Amino acid sequence: MMTVQNDNLIIAGKTFTSRFLLGTGKFSSKTALAESIAASNSEIVTVALRRIDIDRHEENIIQYIPKNVTLLVNTSGARNAKEALRIAHLARESGCGNWIKVEVINDSKYLLPDNAETVKATELLVKEGFIVLPYMSPDLYIARELVAAGAATIMPLGSPIGSNKGLKTKELIQILINEIDIPIIVDAGLGAPSQAAEAMEMGADAVLVNTAVATAGKPQLIAQAFAEAVKAGRLAYLSGLPLEKISAEASSPLTGFLYE
Amino acid sequence: MHFDLANIQDILSNQDPRLTERLAQEAARITRQYFGRAISLYAPLYISNYCSCFCTYCGFNNHNHIPRLKLTADQIEQEMQKIAQSGIENILILTGESYQMTPLSYLKETVLISKKYFSSTALEIHPLEEEEYRELYLAGADSVTLYQETYNRSRYAEVHLAGKKKDYDFRYQAPERIARAGFRQISLGILLGISDLAEDLFALFSHLRHMEQTFPGVEYSLSFPRLRQIKGKDLSLSRIDDISFIKTICLARISFPRIGINLSTRESPTLRDHAIELGVTRISAGSNTSVGGYSTADPERQNPQFDIADSRSVPEMLRMLKDRRFDPVLTDWRRIDNT
Repeated sequence: MMTVQNDNLIIAGKTFTSRFLLGTGKFSSKTALAESIAASNSEIVTVALRRIDIDRHEENIIQYIPKNVTLLVNTSGARNAKEALRIAHLARESGCGNWIKVEVINDSKYLLPDNAETVKATELLVKEGFIVLPYMSPDLYIARELVAAGAATIMPLGSPIGSNKGLKTKELIQILINEIDIPIIVDAGLGAPSQAAEAMEMGADAVLVNTAVATAGKPQLIAQAFAEAVKAGRLAYLSGLPLEKISAEASSPLTGFLYE
Repeated sequence: MHFDLANIQDILSNQDPRLTERLAQEAARITRQYFGRAISLYAPLYISNYCSCFCTYCGFNNHNHIPRLKLTADQIEQEMQKIAQSGIENILILTGESYQMTPLSYLKETVLISKKYFSSTALEIHPLEEEEYRELYLAGADSVTLYQETYNRSRYAEVHLAGKKKDYDFRYQAPERIARAGFRQISLGILLGISDLAEDLFALFSHLRHMEQTFPGVEYSLSFPRLRQIKGKDLSLSRIDDISFIKTICLARISFPRIGINLSTRESPTLRDHAIELGVTRISAGSNTSVGGYSTADPERQNPQFDIADSRSVPEMLRMLKDRRFDPVLTDWRRIDNT
């Protein structure tokens, strides 16, 4: 069997073998979350700072995340760059490390990210030494600004958070994949493993899934399914997809005259 | 999906149990998609029952001869310590509507104390001016709950007989002032049992839609308090049965997939345990609705705003949620200095 050697995901100098990132919201229990992390072999897990109970009134979510997994704290709840900065500072002070997923949302109905504020927050946090992974609406200009600001990756959405609608922004993400040289992690909206595979076949570097795993009947099973779909999609991308049509059409109404 | 008034009227008057089940299935599906199995917990804290209003349905109204109490700063601190010990991180601070007895300075002091014990502070108080709301926001409050009670103006006038609360428009426009003041969460609601449910529900949805369009950054939630007995006395004007109540929750969820839906201990354990499957995402636990009820007042002499139907403690609620495969959420906010 042919294997692909050293096909690692590298973010800010750190090497990951898994290209599947898992979000931690909406699970029915922390045990279900822990089982899903294990089943998917995910090496990067996102947690909202607002859900981390520093006073330990409840089971601390951090205890359910294995030590070898990179904790990516997100700024959920931030409505602008300023609030994202404060949340990032609190995360660092709470000992959650310096990897931060910038999430600036000022629309509670669709939860679409505010790209302009996201760029601002990214710039400032990078200057302060954070490893910044910004969540964004796929837009080439914004992606370039994020690269210039020093983002470690960009995380364009496939469709609105929690919508399970799949890759509705496919064409725009394809442009980012073509033009942007830092890793691209498709985040939000992926509702089925087939959609994760599709993103990977296009050439995305990784995908992040939360709702589709957390709200499934058997989270650990679908977590594994997503992880395997990501691997399958990656292999297909590395191989190059076969062209859809390899034979010529039988009739040529426009150019047939040339050969008569 | 958007319902018009005729849809809502049809759904509420339709007696077919299959329709109720279909609504419930759809509401449950949407709730699980957007909230998973997470349910947030909060506790109410009544700090004063002074009231200058005469609302015919309320146990705190100024014609009702009950001992009036207002907690001192020390008593507030004591009550908050007691609630915080139970693990609750989200507090809802409530007063009667007395601008004189619970002035802005008193409310602000309460918020400053609350900051020491809770990650998130919500206020259910009389409507204020924008600048006053802003002061409370800057002091550290995150959320305001304000019910219009009924959107029917003539009914509103009939049941609100005295006090500032008579001013329908000052109340109706308050959510916009709250949003402009910077608050991140606003709860709207109607009191079930004082006017036509379908009309009020439609008006509430229209109000919320207007708020969402005008202030998209605010997180909204809805409450549907049903009028309850107060010390055994029934003050409601019409009964809203359980079927209409459940349909109301389902209609709200289907209309607004991402909003929070709150449910207090006015409702019975059975009803609450089922409602969290359908659309409710925030529930109170271990509640006491009397001023000083947690630690300072003699239990025999309490005058609650309403009689509690679900007296389960916080640990009991946590156990119930876990048994039903829900993840109880105590911490869902990290206080950042409001600016």
